[in-house]
Amino acid sequence: MTIARLNAPRRKGSVRQALDDGLTVTWRNLRRVPRVPELWVFAILQSIMFVLLFAYVFGGAIPLPGGGSYVEYLMPGIFAQTIVFAAATTAIGMTYDLTKGILDRFRSLPMARSAVLSGRTFADVVYSGGILVVLMASGLAVGWRVHSGILEFLAGVGLLLLFAYAMAWIGVWLGLSISTPEATQQLSFTVLFPLTFLSNVFVPTQTLPSWLRPFAEWNPVSALTAATRQLWGNPNPFAAEGLPAEHPIELTIIWVIVLVGIFAPLGVRRYRAMSR
Amino acid sequence: MAGFDVVRQAQELRHVIGLSGQYAAVDENLTGRENLVLFGRLYQLPKVEARGRANDLLEQFGLGEAADRVVKTYSGGMRRRLDLASALTGRPRLLFLDEPTTGLDPRGRLGMWDVIRDLVREGTTILLTTQYLEEADELAHAIAVVDHGRIIARGTADELKAKVGGERIEVVVHARSEIARAAQVLTGDGDGEHAIDEHMRRITVPAHGGAQRLVQVVRDLDEAGIAIDDIALRRPTLDDVFLTLTGHAAEVAVAATDGDESTPMGAGSGRTA
Repeated sequence: MTIARLNAPRRKGSVRQALDDGLTVTWRNLRRVPRVPELWVFAILQSIMFVLLFAYVFGGAIPLPGGGSYVEYLMPGIFAQTIVFAAATTAIGMTYDLTKGILDRFRSLPMARSAVLSGRTFADVVYSGGILVVLMASGLAVGWRVHSGILEFLAGVGLLLLFAYAMAWIGVWLGLSISTPEATQQLSFTVLFPLTFLSNVFVPTQTLPSWLRPFAEWNPVSALTAATRQLWGNPNPFAAEGLPAEHPIELTIIWVIVLVGIFAPLGVRRYRAMSR
Repeated sequence: MAGFDVVRQAQELRHVIGLSGQYAAVDENLTGRENLVLFGRLYQLPKVEARGRANDLLEQFGLGEAADRVVKTYSGGMRRRLDLASALTGRPRLLFLDEPTTGLDPRGRLGMWDVIRDLVREGTTILLTTQYLEEADELAHAIAVVDHGRIIARGTADELKAKVGGERIEVVVHARSEIARAAQVLTGDGDGEHAIDEHMRRITVPAHGGAQRLVQVVRDLDEAGIAIDDIALRRPTLDDVFLTLTGHAAEVAVAATDGDESTPMGAGSGRTA
C-alpha cells in the first residue's frame, strides 16, 4: 500500500526526539496562554492586591527587626508567593488535558512519552517568568529596588525560576491525582495558602509564636524569599542563627532538588499508571 | 495489529494508527490550524510538512474558513471534523473511531459517513463503534455485535440479517375487522407463520422470492376485497438482528417500561463494531 510507505517512521535519536517533542508541547501550552486571560489576569491582580494590602494597610503595623523599608521587604515575598501559586495553574492545565481527552490523543501519537510532562513544566516556568516581569514592574512602581549588581539580580531571578520548576512538578502531580478542575483549584489553594502564610513572606518570623517559628523558618518558601532578599540587598531579618538564616541560597537549591526529587517521580508514575 | 507487536513495538505502531474518541479531543484554546500542526509535529512530520498537511486537511474537511479561529467558537459538527482530521494527520493505515457521529445532526452524520467512505476507498482500515445500527449497516464490511462487553455475533450485515430470516411482507389493513381474513390470504401466499400486530393492524409473513411475491399478495388481497393502507416488502434491519440476538423485542419493551433490571437485556448498551 502506498499509504503505508508514506508512514515509514522517521528515526531520530531518542534524546533528540524527547527534546523536539518537549518543545512542541511547550509551544502548545504557551500558545494557549493569551487565549485564557482569566488565568493570568487574576494571578497578577491577586498579587497586586496583596502588595497594596500589605504595603499600605498592614505594613505600617509590622515592625521590621533591624529596620528597613517594608515594601522592599515585601516584594521578594510576593514574587515567591506568586511562584508558589503557579502550581495551581499547572494543576488546572493538567486536569484540563486529562478531562478533555487530550492526554488520550497524546498517548496515541508516536511522540516521546516524556514530552507531555516536560512540555508542561517548561511552559509553566516560562509562564511564571512572564508574570514575574509584570510584578517586578509593579514593585518598582511602589518603591521596591534592587541594591546589588546585575549578577545578583539575575541569580535571584534564577532561583525563583528554579523554584517555579519544582512547583510545576507539584502541580503536575496534583493535577493528575484529581479528576475535576474545580477540585484541583480548591485543593491547590488549601495547600498553597498556608504554605505562603506560615513563612517570612509577609511578617518576620520573629513575630510568630515560638512553636510555629521552626516551621516558618524551614519552610521552602521562606528559604526562597530570604535568598532573594539577601541577593538583592532587601531587608532580611531572620529570627535565629542556623542554616535557614545563614545559608538561604544553598537551602533553596536543596529544597528545589528535594521537591523535584519527590514530585517528578510521583508525577511521572501517575502519568504512566494512567497510560495502561 | 497492523503487523506490529502491540506490546513490544508500541511506538512503531503509533506511527500507523489514528484515534478519534467519543468527544472531540482537540485543544479548545488553539485554532483549528494550530491543533493540526501540533498533532502533525507529534506524528514526527517536519515543520513544513506538518503545515502543509494541516492545510490539506482543513480544506478536505471544510474547515478552511474557520482555520484560524479558536476551536472554542466551533460548532459540535466542526469539532468532530477537526477531531477526525487530527487523527488523520499521520496518514494512518488503521483508524479507530469511537462513535464518530454521536450527537451530530442528520446532515453532519451524512457528511461524516462520506468522509469515512472516502477513507476506506483510499485503503484505510477503520474500526468503528456505534450505537446506531443503521450506521453499521451503511459503512461496515464486517460487523461484530457487542452486548454487555461480549461479542455475541459477527459477520457481514447480510450474514447477520440471514440469521433472523430473510425477507418478509408487511401489510397494514384499513379496517380492524379485516385482519383475520387478510391473515388467511397472507398465510396462503407466504412461507411460514404470520404474525399480527392488532393495534397497528399489521400482519407480517416471511416470504422468499421478493417482488414477485408482493405482486401475488396484492392481487389476492384485491380479489378478496380487502382494503389496505400500506404494503411493503421488508428486509430485516440490524435492529431486528440485535433484538433477536439479545432477546425478544417484547421483553425489551417490558424492561424499558418496568425498569426491570433482572431481565438480561442489552438493547441500550449494545454496540456494533
